[in-house]
Amino acid sequence: MTFDDRLKNVSIVGAAGKMGSGIALLLAQEMVTQKLKPENKNQIYRLHLIDVNESALDGLQSYLKSQLVKAGEKVTGMLRELYKEHADLIENYDVIDAFVNDAMSVLRLGTDLGAVKDSKIIFEAVLEDKDLKVSLLKNMEKMVSPDTVYFTNTSSIPISVLNKDANLGGRIIGFHFYNPPAVQRLVELISPESTKPELKDMALEMAKRLRKKIVPSNDIAGFIGNGHFLRDGLYAIREAKKLAGEYTLPGALYAMNKVSQDLLVRPMGILQLIDYVGVDVYQCISVTISGYLQGEDLKDDLLAKMTQKKVLGGQFADGSQKNGFLKYEKNRPVGIYDADKGEYKMFDPNGWSGEIDKKLGAYPQGFYPWRSLLMDPKKGEKLSAFFKNLNASDTPGAKLAKGYLKNSKSIGEFLVKTGVAKSAQDVNDILLNGFYHLYGPINDYV
Amino acid sequence: MRKLRKPVYATAGYNTISFGSGRKEFNPKKARPGLEEYITEAGKGVIAQINDPNNIDEGIISNFMAARFNHQGNLAAMIPMVHPSLEYKPCTRVEGACGSGGLGLYTAVKSVLSDVSDVALAIGVEVQNSVKAVYGADILAGAGHFRGERKEGHVYFFPAKFSDRAGACYQKFGYDYVRKGMAHWYAQAIIHARKNPKAQEYHNSIEDLIATGMTPPNSKAFCEHINVYDCSKVSDGASALIFASEEGLKKIGLTKKDAVEVVGWGQSQADISKKPDELTKLTTTRRSVEKAYEMSGIGPKELGFLEVHDCFTIGGLLHLEATGVVGYGEAAAFVAEGKTAINGEMPTNATGGLVGFGHYTGGTGTRQAVDILHQLIGKAGDCQVEIKSDRPYGMLISMGGNDRTVTCMIFKPAV
Repeated sequence: MTFDDRLKNVSIVGAAGKMGSGIALLLAQEMVTQKLKPENKNQIYRLHLIDVNESALDGLQSYLKSQLVKAGEKVTGMLRELYKEHADLIENYDVIDAFVNDAMSVLRLGTDLGAVKDSKIIFEAVLEDKDLKVSLLKNMEKMVSPDTVYFTNTSSIPISVLNKDANLGGRIIGFHFYNPPAVQRLVELISPESTKPELKDMALEMAKRLRKKIVPSNDIAGFIGNGHFLRDGLYAIREAKKLAGEYTLPGALYAMNKVSQDLLVRPMGILQLIDYVGVDVYQCISVTISGYLQGEDLKDDLLAKMTQKKVLGGQFADGSQKNGFLKYEKNRPVGIYDADKGEYKMFDPNGWSGEIDKKLGAYPQGFYPWRSLLMDPKKGEKLSAFFKNLNASDTPGAKLAKGYLKNSKSIGEFLVKTGVAKSAQDVNDILLNGFYHLYGPINDYV
Repeated sequence: MRKLRKPVYATAGYNTISFGSGRKEFNPKKARPGLEEYITEAGKGVIAQINDPNNIDEGIISNFMAARFNHQGNLAAMIPMVHPSLEYKPCTRVEGACGSGGLGLYTAVKSVLSDVSDVALAIGVEVQNSVKAVYGADILAGAGHFRGERKEGHVYFFPAKFSDRAGACYQKFGYDYVRKGMAHWYAQAIIHARKNPKAQEYHNSIEDLIATGMTPPNSKAFCEHINVYDCSKVSDGASALIFASEEGLKKIGLTKKDAVEVVGWGQSQADISKKPDELTKLTTTRRSVEKAYEMSGIGPKELGFLEVHDCFTIGGLLHLEATGVVGYGEAAAFVAEGKTAINGEMPTNATGGLVGFGHYTGGTGTRQAVDILHQLIGKAGDCQVEIKSDRPYGMLISMGGNDRTVTCMIFKPAV
């Protein structure tokens, strides 16, 4: 069976979630593009979008429709070509509308897992819970044909564990998208020895079709992306706890978030990133990874406490940010969580947060925010110059930043040393492409 | 060609800001003024310059595609919104794609000449930021032949039509030569627009304009032979002015020093279902120019400045050649040598033109007439060109479609 034949019937399980919905959009676009090719004229294409949450499926349908319109608007030239034999489709509006309708007609949304039975490729994007994933895989195995393959979006559970526990005979591969999947170019590919070689070829073809950049990771819990992210975030939280006496805990968390965004020239502060991913998801990853690794404590009581108090971060259905470590207004942080009091302490530039800003000190010369460097062709030179000045500075902010940079680098080196990543380049590629950093953690800046 | 049977004057001009991307205050996510606000602002801008709006005999409104951009037809009925005195006055809407403005001027002049009106208010308007560019391209493609050429046309139908013209010019006169002329046209448009607070590119701060203008065309991202800087932007705005007889001028309390005189025009229509005869020339435009020269009894040597329809930089160059100010294939060099700058030999589009000022399609011809008026009465502000006594004429060319509907009009100071 060719890859194109497999692409005629695909399922996504957990389709209404944040990752599943993005994967659904990418697949819907690719499948309808295939369907519209003259040689596939009478072929039937089906993308089954399965989720336990019925109301979330309604949201998924609206989301896909609006996103397909946007996607069509970006490739209108290609659509005019695809529909050139349709005499009645003349204007850009006509071909975009036809494209959206054709794409929507490929989709079948529902709560019944049985819909997977004829699929030759199944994407699994349910919660990061090994038992749930294994039981789901086992259930599907009873329904599908023996040549069906699974792409799992797990971000932390070893693929070989899922393969063994669900008895899949090597028909599963780790295909880890970054959030949001429709935007982030990176896919972390985890292909342990147990994975069938032809499945790896399929995954590479899939990445090509979905226009994703592949970075391989070895099959060790957390892989490269979360391997770095988890340790990087825990470093910030633990440093904050150490500084709590001097800054108070909310003050120290505020400081670490600020230093990690500004002085490390990242797109957002580390606590904002944890909120974006979801405090509960982050906590779940930390528990999962801790379960597979010995000798390293990757759990944290503050995360557990916040999850317990339902301070979870993540996004509302409209994409706006929910409160987590930080409180948000119009998607901008305006306060920080005080876990002891169970309430948010609002930023006060003329009061406590202004005092901390002052205490952290002036930023070294050559500082540019992340956004202004993003498209700058001279960003390499500018970053080198800035980090040189940062190294020479001994303000409290610079000291925190240097410690942070060193730790981030040592996490990267640890991932290479312990065989999670094959090379420093792979670690850097993940952070550059999956986290939108301007530089890799393994660098000469510190 | 007949001479005008009596003098016709233009006066009391007003332009709104040309609004759209490029203006600092433009935010596509925020609510913006619509047809009502633009028409009213431009109309009131005229009324403020005359003694009594009751003296306006009729209204003419030029617009291309409000029916699709704004779901609004019956635009003549929007003229009485300007002032209660216009209620029950005769009003007409004219349409000739991006040349609608020119047709409005022509219609107003005819009305005064025929003694139907002594004072005709001409308004031109378009509000285009109501849709995304990809759908706006559909709407503007209506200036071409829908049944004959839209299906096989480009996503960006009109840019591609002028891209074809640019490609033909590259082939005939050399890529580097023409490309350089187009880049200089772009640079000049921005430099002129920076002097005009109402121009869409007034806030443009690009440092190296020539390098920007020289950006190599990329057919994957846009069109084969032109880049995005070669194109006028999507604009909202309106312009208005009065055409009046000598009696009309007196009735509204203005004198000839506030006015310019129409000395000739040419309006020509080409068959929309036919392809242009020659891509490196604007033959319909040329015919309109010839008619205007004949009626006014002047030639290119008497022209002091130009307002041409540079919806694309290549169109600007071809218009320049159609005026006869330069010969066939000579415009690129003429522009690159700075001869069309405000202080050059033949100042052209001194307020920025369509590329720099903006292009609210149906209102652009009206805007050109307002700017010629302001130049000839010395009220063009920082965009003022020097009007020489031996060359006191200003010419405008208003073009609809791919050289299909073209009005040329020549003016001189009324005193």
